Amino acid sequence: MMSNLSKYRYLILRRIVQITILVLFWGANRYGWKVLVGNLSTAKVLDSFYLADPLAVLQILATGTIISLDILIGVLIIVIFYGLITGRSFCSWVCPINIVTDSAAWLRKKGYGEKGNKYLKLPKSMRYYVLGLALILSLVLGVAAYEVINPIGITVREIVFGFGISATVLILIFLFDLFVLKNGFCGHICPVGGFYSLISKFRLLKVHLENDKCTSCMDCKTVCPEVQVLGIVGKKSGDISQGACTNCGRCIEVCEDDALRFKFF
Amino acid sequence: MENKDSSKISRGDLLKGIVKKGGLMMLGGLPWAAYVEENKEEEFVLRPPGAVDEKKFVESCIKCGICVEECPYDTLKLAKPGDDALTGTPFFTPRDIPCYMCTDIPCVEACPTDSLLKDLVSDDNNDKYDINKAEMGVAVIDRKNCLAYWGIRCDACYRACPLLDEAIVLNFERNKRTGKHAMMKPEVNADICTGCGMCEHACITEKASIFVLPREKALGKVNDDYIKGWDEEDESRLDSNNIYIDKNQVEKSTLDYLNDTGSLLNDE
Amino acid sequence: MGFSRRDFIKKTAIASAAAAIGVSVPTKLKADSVQRAKSGWRWDKTTCRFCGTGCGIMIATKNDKIVAIKGDVAAPVNRGLNCLKGYFNAKIMYGADRLKKPLLRVDEDGNFSKQGKFQPVSWQRAYDELEKQMRKTLKELGPAGIAIFGSGQYTIFEGYAASKLMKAGFRSNNIDPNARHCMASAVAGFIQTFGIDEPAGNYDDIEVADSIILWGANMAEMHPILWTRISDRKLENPDKVKLINLTTFSNRSSDISDIEILFKPHTDLAIMNYIARKIVYEMQDAIDWDFVKKYTVFATGPVNTGYGMRTANHPKFTDKERETVKGQSSKIVSKAEGKTLAYLGYKEGDTMEMKNAKGAGKHWQISFEEFKKGLEPYTLDFVANLAKGDPDEDIETFKVKLEVLASNYIDKARKVTSFWTMGFNQHQRGTWVNEQIYMIHLLLGKHAQPGNGAFSLTGQPSACGTAREVGTFAHRLPADLVVKNPKHRAFAEKIWKIPPGTINPKVGSHIVKIMRDIEDGKIKFAWVQVNNPWAATANTNHWLKAARQMDNFIVCSDSYPGVSAKVSDLILPSAMMYEKWGAYGNAERRTQHWRQQVTPVGDSMPDVYHIVEIAKRFKLRDVWGAQNIPGLEGGLPDVLPKAREMGYKPDDTLFDVLFANEEAKKYAWPDPVGKDFDNTEAVGDKRTITGTMGEEWKGYGFFIQKYLWEDYRKFGVGHAHDLAPFDRYHEVRGLKWPYVDGKETQWRFNSKYDPYAAKQNYGDFAFYGGALKAIPQGDLKGVTDPAKKPLKNKAKIFFRPYMDPVEMPDKKYPLWLCTGRVLEHWHTGTMTMRVPELYRAVPQALAYMHPADAEKYGLKQGDTIWVESRRGRVKTHVETRGRNRMPKGSIFIPFFDEKVLINKVTLDATCPISKETDYKKCAVKVYKA
Repeated sequence: MMSNLSKYRYLILRRIVQITILVLFWGANRYGWKVLVGNLSTAKVLDSFYLADPLAVLQILATGTIISLDILIGVLIIVIFYGLITGRSFCSWVCPINIVTDSAAWLRKKGYGEKGNKYLKLPKSMRYYVLGLALILSLVLGVAAYEVINPIGITVREIVFGFGISATVLILIFLFDLFVLKNGFCGHICPVGGFYSLISKFRLLKVHLENDKCTSCMDCKTVCPEVQVLGIVGKKSGDISQGACTNCGRCIEVCEDDALRFKFF
Repeated sequence: MENKDSSKISRGDLLKGIVKKGGLMMLGGLPWAAYVEENKEEEFVLRPPGAVDEKKFVESCIKCGICVEECPYDTLKLAKPGDDALTGTPFFTPRDIPCYMCTDIPCVEACPTDSLLKDLVSDDNNDKYDINKAEMGVAVIDRKNCLAYWGIRCDACYRACPLLDEAIVLNFERNKRTGKHAMMKPEVNADICTGCGMCEHACITEKASIFVLPREKALGKVNDDYIKGWDEEDESRLDSNNIYIDKNQVEKSTLDYLNDTGSLLNDE
Repeated sequence: MGFSRRDFIKKTAIASAAAAIGVSVPTKLKADSVQRAKSGWRWDKTTCRFCGTGCGIMIATKNDKIVAIKGDVAAPVNRGLNCLKGYFNAKIMYGADRLKKPLLRVDEDGNFSKQGKFQPVSWQRAYDELEKQMRKTLKELGPAGIAIFGSGQYTIFEGYAASKLMKAGFRSNNIDPNARHCMASAVAGFIQTFGIDEPAGNYDDIEVADSIILWGANMAEMHPILWTRISDRKLENPDKVKLINLTTFSNRSSDISDIEILFKPHTDLAIMNYIARKIVYEMQDAIDWDFVKKYTVFATGPVNTGYGMRTANHPKFTDKERETVKGQSSKIVSKAEGKTLAYLGYKEGDTMEMKNAKGAGKHWQISFEEFKKGLEPYTLDFVANLAKGDPDEDIETFKVKLEVLASNYIDKARKVTSFWTMGFNQHQRGTWVNEQIYMIHLLLGKHAQPGNGAFSLTGQPSACGTAREVGTFAHRLPADLVVKNPKHRAFAEKIWKIPPGTINPKVGSHIVKIMRDIEDGKIKFAWVQVNNPWAATANTNHWLKAARQMDNFIVCSDSYPGVSAKVSDLILPSAMMYEKWGAYGNAERRTQHWRQQVTPVGDSMPDVYHIVEIAKRFKLRDVWGAQNIPGLEGGLPDVLPKAREMGYKPDDTLFDVLFANEEAKKYAWPDPVGKDFDNTEAVGDKRTITGTMGEEWKGYGFFIQKYLWEDYRKFGVGHAHDLAPFDRYHEVRGLKWPYVDGKETQWRFNSKYDPYAAKQNYGDFAFYGGALKAIPQGDLKGVTDPAKKPLKNKAKIFFRPYMDPVEMPDKKYPLWLCTGRVLEHWHTGTMTMRVPELYRAVPQALAYMHPADAEKYGLKQGDTIWVESRRGRVKTHVETRGRNRMPKGSIFIPFFDEKVLINKVTLDATCPISKETDYKKCAVKVYKA
């Protein structure tokens, strides 16, 4: 039992963090709590400073709008936090869409979904094109273009401002991931993840592989949503350094050999 | 980029790949752009007080919803897909909940971007909020369906107006049919009306016969040719540098015109 | 999803564009309406349920359903126009929570329990309990232990039936209407001045007056249709016609007024005396001496009359309340009173003992010289400084306004009509201030002529028609008769065919006193009919507690659950206005009848049924034996022997004697006037209702409403209160009484228009009213010759001084509180708050206050606040903008909103003469909630 639980220790922790953040946002709207006011695009923390979504701000800047210093500082904090410290952990520790896409991936693994990618093959780099296009469209249309369709924003607003979760977007993503493309949304399309991938190369917190212990069972690769980052597994010791790694810790917890661990610096 | 095998792909393949991905992007980008374009062109949306003009507003709003959270009357909502406002941006529907014109304007106070500007709702020294300066929209009366224009004693909008006798005034007119009653017809003063929508909310008809429209939708604009001769201030409306200079559409210069006798002489 | 708003705006934008270019489809519409009329709509005339204006309404029904309401084009009052509220007369009937079954508080075994929960019961079960409880109280306390809260919204038939049942049947005078809260001071003013109730003039004064002066009447909101007539008069000749609005805060009636005079609460007494002083001291030429000498005498009365409260030693008062209530016994003479009461020897700082609290209505004749002496202190300087209500207004400007006001009255070339409503009537010297307005008009000879006169407006639709004319008051009988007068009682007993001595000569409890008696355990059975006294009576914390925590039984006949129903023990579902035959009388003496239009909702029944059914349960032997009445020496005699002589048997029921006698049964149903119309009381209706006796309800078998009308009419015919026969009212749009020789009367007391005045052969005028027309002689200080001298055909010009109200703002409670209505809602809102449109328009009672006051108390627009007095507090929101603009130091909160039960805060001080509560002034504080 204990070992079972410890196989999910990061997963459970991630869910707690994801839900706590949502609850804090929701409580701010409902009861006026001051811990986290706003939503994932911009939030005021403890009534004193802001955090802001760098991609959203980038799009706004692309429209030719000058943004306030408060928000720029908020962006800076986020960029430093993710880019230099925890990497693309937004995707696995904060973003609520992750809960949906994780469950689709889990069902796929159990054999309920489609095997392989029968209908559509997309390169992982697709998200960078989406990101580029978002900026171009923002520039051309004068509107933060991705924010209009961003499922993360839509979902969080629905929860926080209580219009009831219409779930349409979530179901679409779920079905897409389950039947059309493995890790389809988070791994291929979402430019938010793409953005964090781009800036996370030089982060401090990384997963470290000790090849000596590795038995090349490849359990880690089975659970990893960005499996290409585990290229060194079975080959050599080292850090998992690609920006696409979300530091979700799934590989660490499933490794029976204790070959993987988080490493700071 | 993270694809370690990319070095093994030939230049041609790489080019092909880019073209292919570019094509796919175009395919996805077009409906995306079309959707965004449709979504942002909600010209009838009413924004919180102090909102910058709609074009700037959709550019700069970061959709954090803090203004919505600050609104004590639940007037402001964040647009969800399908609402008549750019998704994620704040707006209000006065028939449901009008703006109660808080004097401390918490929504503006809270805005972290410059989408809601204190300057637009402050007194002339910019040191104190003045909600009466808000220009959320302007109330428009459907005279066909307004009960007061039938002669019925209503003027519920007038009494609901926070700037009563300024933003909405009553025009007293004799009711010729009865010969002994007066009609009290509400009229909106667009210079004063903030577009708070208290009138639309109070309107007694099934569908409100007074309603708030965005100012640029509801108001006309008089061209510089018409000036109120009886009102000196009206002249300030005119751009003094640009009166009667090259304003008329002339295809040709005078000389060219005079010299071009072709059309006169040519029978064709 | 939600494209609704955009679609809506786009469409309405198109509609208004269409309107602007004049697109309409009249021909098609016309054809349509004809067709619909053909398809079975029945249009019939009726009247409005709401204010005292008395607008005509046309109502269309089809298949027993109301399908349309419109203004009655033929109605002279409103010519087809109603106010926004008037159009919801049908909608108010169909709220989702209409009361449909009798409800009784019962315990788990189904027995009545004061602590029980309401459960639906049959009409029979309800009346079994009603009878049991009534008997219990009658046995314990006699006729003085039961009471009815009557109404100015009763139909005339209901009021008459209730009054007859109480006074002729149960021999109790404890029936008093909510009209006490709105009209009593006007009535007392009329009776003391003219000896007869109700105005001399009528609404047609508006169209001929040159100056229209409003004194505490926000007609723009409270009499919306009359206001359009006044506005039209102003528009017709804007230069000549002058409109002056005297008020304690800026309201919508100021919109079109030439002058707005904001005065301090209660100083209307002083302003009026300033005008009189100006006439008497400076412009004696203005006095119409011929008129004054021939048609008037001068009079005055005592001042140390208290404020209509209980004395401070009453055990139920809190110490805080006692700070105010002690004024009932004595007061310290204020600086202003030191001047205005100097003629009685008072000076500032003296203690005035309220020795005349019981005889407040006493008065005596004085000379003109004495009258003049009394007016001496009211110079422009003194009055302006006392009365200026807006601290920000310049005193010189205010003085000019007062001078212009006076000159509007004095100018011989101007016809002047004064209007007032609750500003005068709800006043701790309400009778005085009513008398003062006549003082001015009579001095100038400007009364009872077209365009010239003082006109008392009414608040309720039948305050005149039912409450006053039928006399559903604790001291009255129909047609201005009073229970105190043995001749009047004998007259009534003759008409009612009851034995001499039946009617109780002791004046009963007025409506505030009924509440107090319940709290004191003196009344243990009370029946609410067509009103909401627990919401509407001032200082209601006391009454709410008394109803729920004491041993008593409260019955509430109502159509909707309101505050009063909530504190009751038995609720009887009432039919609403168009579900029954009815008649109302408006402020200009116009009586209007209507027919039953539809079957009542659920098991609800008309109030006539509620009243008459209980009469079936009491036999003469139960009520006509000797009765003990507290305070009446010897009690009530046993009249059963005389009844036997008249042919009655002790086992006859009150129903047999009072309502279903031989004469009543002559009014047969069907009747041509009711062809094709229902009559639930007469023959039942399409429903199967099991009645109060357990029988299937098939009606009384006769036209009971017509009987009640014709029985009632006997009181007035030949006594200057002549009403027309029943059927006549279904041929016309109302008639103004006295109705003599087939003609209504436009201006009373004027020989040219009023046959009763002409009959006196006294001159151009005759103030022929007979009440209080013999008074002693005296001077300003008191009676000098107690011998009563008759004053046939004369009116009285009263001198009344300025006095402070009993509670004024101080350091602890620094603000004046004024309450009142708003145009969108009717009274306590039980009907209009259920109309979605009206609710949407004004959903909550706000506290209107000056922005500077808000700032002073750390409040901002929209803040939730407590408004607290010495008696209670309510929570509401700050409104510094909007329809009412308060001067600094005053707040206004309307009373329509049950959630802001402002009468928990108000003071139950009354005019000591009229017993009408002053809802317009008490002291409060406000603070953030």
